[in-house]
Amino acid sequence: MVLVYVEEPSELGQQALAFARELGGPVHAFTADVTAPVEGVETLYVAEGDAFASYAPAAIAQALVELVERLSPAAVVAAGTERGNEVLAHVAAKLDLPFSANCVAATTGDPFLVTRVRWGGSLLEEAHLHGNVKLLTVQPHVVAAEERAGEPAVERFTPALSEADLVVRVVERVPAAAGGVSLAEAKVVVSCGRGAGSPEGFGIIEELAGLLGGAVGCSRAVTMAGWRPHTDQVGQTGTKIAPDIYIACGISGATQHMAGCKGAKAILAVNTDPEAPILASADYAAIGDLHEVVPAISAEIRKAQAQKAGRG
Amino acid sequence: MRILVCVKRVPLTGGKIVLTEDAQAIETRHLGFTISPHEECGVEEAVRLIEASGGESVVLTLGPPEAVEQLRDAMALGIDRAVHLVSDVEEWDPQATAGAIVEAIRADEAANGPFDLVFFGNESADAGNYQVGIRVAYALGRPVVTGLKGVAVEGDVVRCEQEVSGGRDVYVLPLPAVVTVLEGLNLPRYPSVPAKLRAQRKPVEASSPTRPSSKLEKVRLVVPEGQGKEAVILGHGPEAAPAVVEMLQQIGVV
Ligand SMILES: Cc1cc2nc3c(=O)[nH]c(=O)nc-3n(C[C@H](O)[C@H](O)[C@H](O)COP(=O)(O)OP(=O)(O)OC[C@H]3O[C@@H](n4cnc5c(N)ncnc54)[C@H](O)[C@@H]3O)c2cc1C
Ligand SMILES: Nc1ncnc2c1ncn2[C@@H]1O[C@H](COP(=O)(O)O)[C@@H](O)[C@H]1O
Repeated sequence: MVLVYVEEPSELGQQALAFARELGGPVHAFTADVTAPVEGVETLYVAEGDAFASYAPAAIAQALVELVERLSPAAVVAAGTERGNEVLAHVAAKLDLPFSANCVAATTGDPFLVTRVRWGGSLLEEAHLHGNVKLLTVQPHVVAAEERAGEPAVERFTPALSEADLVVRVVERVPAAAGGVSLAEAKVVVSCGRGAGSPEGFGIIEELAGLLGGAVGCSRAVTMAGWRPHTDQVGQTGTKIAPDIYIACGISGATQHMAGCKGAKAILAVNTDPEAPILASADYAAIGDLHEVVPAISAEIRKAQAQKAGRG
Repeated sequence: MRILVCVKRVPLTGGKIVLTEDAQAIETRHLGFTISPHEECGVEEAVRLIEASGGESVVLTLGPPEAVEQLRDAMALGIDRAVHLVSDVEEWDPQATAGAIVEAIRADEAANGPFDLVFFGNESADAGNYQVGIRVAYALGRPVVTGLKGVAVEGDVVRCEQEVSGGRDVYVLPLPAVVTVLEGLNLPRYPSVPAKLRAQRKPVEASSPTRPSSKLEKVRLVVPEGQGKEAVILGHGPEAAPAVVEMLQQIGVV
């Protein structure tokens, strides 16, 4: 059997369940979030107690360890989110087992043959995952979520925890100041790289993003120069975006940047260099100086919008 | 205060990843090397904390002889000295890496006293195993928080902040502790020329641990599909604008 850790009710949790079903054998789930409505599994184990009132990774991991020792699953699976990876790494450390993060495929056996993501998705690794219980997480958005109906049997339990399991927990949530369009969720993202030339170079980028109701992004060259905050950075060590269109101006297309926009449905590159690597990942390109091309696009959009308003 | 930062040497791949013939590694003959931006922020934070409170900062890597370059880079940012666990070219799996780091920390602490804080990147740039810091924390019996964008030492505790959707989650940990950090924690400084020269004279303590067998055992690397598209050129200069807007209308965003 396979035991799936479901962090919270989410699409990614459904993807992890779908991945686990593919492994074969009965699927059971574990959660420490009583609001998670997990369906389509045999048994849902719910950890109870004050320890789970706020996020406490070691406590959740200990609850999983207790289940692993009781049920001897062939594998423990979770979504490859920050917290999914964190909890499974805690389980791995507690049980001294190997752990493979962000898998896109797995073949059972002993060892498992897994395919996992490296470099934020720019490279794949095939690896043998050893250990008497295989611990792995599922890379987000590579397997389709599937809704499976069917009320599971629910078993509530209060795991035995040590002092050490309770030391690390969230003691406060500071709400974010309400901002503009969120980069991660924007339908349109307009980014600029070193080609902006200066912080002022972002004026035309903000204008275009505004016209399209989109968010502004940037490359690491820009954040390193201090032109924009890191919260604007798209890439492996920045924000992962999934817009309908990603407009990347003055960005060369380093693999670490492209790792952040693999989820974009279409990419338009604006670059002076027709040989820039980004042209090998983009769907469309406008070759030229962004300081001329971007304002021309904005002007053309205004024209189109005025025409539409005139007609309507 | 004593602070340790762990960093990993990785190739600076450009626009395209090319593998060696045996698909065991990235072809690096024409590439430079660096460390993860997350780890760079760890280095900067350690330097700032020691500048503020006094004490000693140490950088540690497990890597080939050439990785001394990354240790010097960290010392040019202000780290006081380095520990180099010299490996062969073979990559160590995360469990083995953590084991070697734990041994090195124990040896250093036996001689110089405990590290109040040990910094890791949230994940290594290349392997992205999301686990070495957590494994080290368990072996040392210390609390660990991951993915931090805020680290503030307040007396004998460290206040840690994590960005989550909807705001920031706060943790307060007793020292000594282990933290794993993300880029955006701070804006690392550029090293000055005198700082680079000083770094050349700072001490590097080298040893060669033996590699245990891998339990997450690399079979081969594969470049995913998707590189090597050919973009449709919509035009040159400002004259491209009408074609661009037509495309945006087709997608439905104008
Ligand atoms: C582990 C690791 C993680 C990283 N994570 C990230 C990340 O999350 N995000 C990220 O972005 N980078 C990341 N990087 C850095 C990445 O490798 C590149 O260095 C960076 O993306 C380059 O930024 P750039 O494209 O703006 O600059 P450059 O590579 O310098 O490219 C500038 C481009 O602008 C074009 N240009 C110049 N002037 C103009 C003009 N007037 N009009 C039009 N085009 C012009 C040039 O032709 C060129 O293509 C990471 C690196 C490492 C090693
Ligand atoms: N070879 C290494 N030498 C020193 N530190 C390492 C090494 N590998 C990983 N680390 C540290 O552990 C963190 C997490 O790595 P990983 O678990 O591989 O994602 C990295 O960001 C580094 O801080």
